[in-house]
Amino acid sequence: MRSLTRTLHADDLRDALALAAAIAVVGASFGALAGTAGVPFVLMIALSVVVFAGASQFLVVAVVAAGGNVFAAVAAGLLMNARHVPFGLAIGDTIADRWPARLLGAHLLIDESVAFSRARGSGPRGRAAYWTCGILLFVFWNAGAIVGRLAGSAIPDPAAFGVDAAFPAALLAMLLPALRRADARRVGLAAAVVALAATPFLPAGVPVIVGLLGLLAARTAREAS
Amino acid sequence: MSWAAVLTLGIGTYLLRLVGIVLRDRMTVPERVERYLDLAATALLVALVATATLTEGGGFAGWARPAGVLVGALAAWRRVPFVLVVVLAAATTAGLRMLGVP
Repeated sequence: MRSLTRTLHADDLRDALALAAAIAVVGASFGALAGTAGVPFVLMIALSVVVFAGASQFLVVAVVAAGGNVFAAVAAGLLMNARHVPFGLAIGDTIADRWPARLLGAHLLIDESVAFSRARGSGPRGRAAYWTCGILLFVFWNAGAIVGRLAGSAIPDPAAFGVDAAFPAALLAMLLPALRRADARRVGLAAAVVALAATPFLPAGVPVIVGLLGLLAARTAREAS
Repeated sequence: MSWAAVLTLGIGTYLLRLVGIVLRDRMTVPERVERYLDLAATALLVALVATATLTEGGGFAGWARPAGVLVGALAAWRRVPFVLVVVLAAATTAGLRMLGVP
């Protein structure tokens, strides 16, 4: 941890705090939703701490609220989180060298921490960025969920704050350095098109995984060059 | 909602996170594969940005959100500090919604 504080840039800490503030708002809406869905407080906290993957948490709670089959929702949530496998493959060695730290760091692997560290390279700065972003988002997400649960229906819709635009914009900003490469731009564009085309036909989260088909654009580009 | 559901989703998600990291450690990755792993992460993140920007529950998300993301993207492209990118995107969408844009 000492090496973490030594290599942590002030800019990176500030940027991670901006994301954490936004995620606290989303966490609060999750807590409020779980309350109205009748999920017991302890289970809501456990879900938020143990799963720590926002979209799949919302999915399960929404199904509970609608009176649907919870285990079908859990299966859908796991499918949604399958994108974490290629993320782990891509940035696995950025997380840590030793296994105890890796086991801990694995739990902090979410879209934002992956994008945040990739934008800062695979060196010490990327590692510090991964842990800073992961830990801050974990703390703010869970704190937000607790506050939202306690405040209940007094929590306004996060859409009123435009938080739903903040996350895609933030991810895009973090992707810009990678998108300077022509092959990454081609792959990204193809991935976006495929995922959007698949969205009306597939359950939530799966179109993103289908976006991996965008990799085909890398091969043709390579053969052409 | 039950403990079984929470633990199944929690443990399953953790194992999905871990398996990529473990596989990465078990193999020496040739440079060509390294390039594809990197591009795969880019593909997933761009697909995530695209669907999160434009879609909601399988349909179109409305105009306020993509407009906010567009403003954020332009700001990021002009190298505006990241904090401002986040604030500008959210403020644009929030402002448009206040004006009645869905």
